Amino acid sequence: MSEIRLIEIKEEILTDNKEEAAKLRKKLKDRGIFLLNLMSSPGAGKTSLILRTIEQLKTKFRIGVLEADIDSTVDAEKIVAAGIPAVQIRTGGFCHLDAGMVMKGLDALDLSVLDLVIIENVGNLVCPAEFDTGAVKNAMILSVPEGDDKPLKYPLMFNICDVLLVNKIDYLGLSDFSMETLHERVHTLNPHIAIIETSCKTGAGIDMWSAWLAEEIKKIENEGNINDE
Amino acid sequence: MHELPVMQSILTIVLKHAAMHNVKKVHAINLLVGKLSDLEAEWMQRYFDYLSAGTVVAGARLNIEWVPAVLSCEVCQTRVEINKVNLDGITCPACAKNKFQLVSGKEYHIKNMEAE
Repeated sequence: MSEIRLIEIKEEILTDNKEEAAKLRKKLKDRGIFLLNLMSSPGAGKTSLILRTIEQLKTKFRIGVLEADIDSTVDAEKIVAAGIPAVQIRTGGFCHLDAGMVMKGLDALDLSVLDLVIIENVGNLVCPAEFDTGAVKNAMILSVPEGDDKPLKYPLMFNICDVLLVNKIDYLGLSDFSMETLHERVHTLNPHIAIIETSCKTGAGIDMWSAWLAEEIKKIENEGNINDE
Repeated sequence: MHELPVMQSILTIVLKHAAMHNVKKVHAINLLVGKLSDLEAEWMQRYFDYLSAGTVVAGARLNIEWVPAVLSCEVCQTRVEINKVNLDGITCPACAKNKFQLVSGKEYHIKNMEAE
């Protein structure tokens, strides 16, 4: 019988996905396309927020949407009805999108006519936090009915996002949700995250969110112009 | 919840190294996993056994060393280990501020394997 050897591996487990994501980010940057990854639990308002964003920004940017769902096309149909190109990615039971799936989805969109692509990730606060999609910015929605304790249960998700939308603020009076406690809990884990309060139902805060997004897109465009000179 | 793709990734990497070293059988794989990962050891092993069946890695034991989740104070850089029980209202033990950067707890790393 041969001897047991200890073989050094020293590799990151998710290297393949990280490399694919970096490649995708570079490719999109070269083509001047801003990719936003939008995450939340099911029912927090991802599709409604995208529809509101389209209303606000469609005259400024040419927008496309990648809809990830385990197995349905309901969301993509709503986006297409709003006059925006959308591709449905069925994850076939997977609980998140990875960079490879996003690449395939993007192949089905005509990128030459787009400035902004929004990924609606699978509704889940656990797995999408671990898989880089190749997006430039990560955004998440927490809706008021979910409660202000979610940063304590899903710290990684709140840690990796650049912006948090607190949606359904029209429910605030009906619940014991404390905005102050939420801000504290989120900033403990991620002191520089932007927090924007919205209601996709009343339209409150959508202008602030759209302004944040437009500003981030402009920053990337300017970086691109500096690099070109 | 996402054990399956992570296990697939581990298997791919281990099979690559097994081929490089002419390995006949892998007995154990030593991993470093951050405590914020939400992976469950029992399910990791079950999925891994399912995926590795019929390969030189079949039957290998996954030894997981859990890396603690640690925050570093933005003001004075004091480090605080966190878990989901003490996370609420956590402040820096040195300066009492409550803004931190995460310094560990997200690891997904394969250290080595025991093989013949």
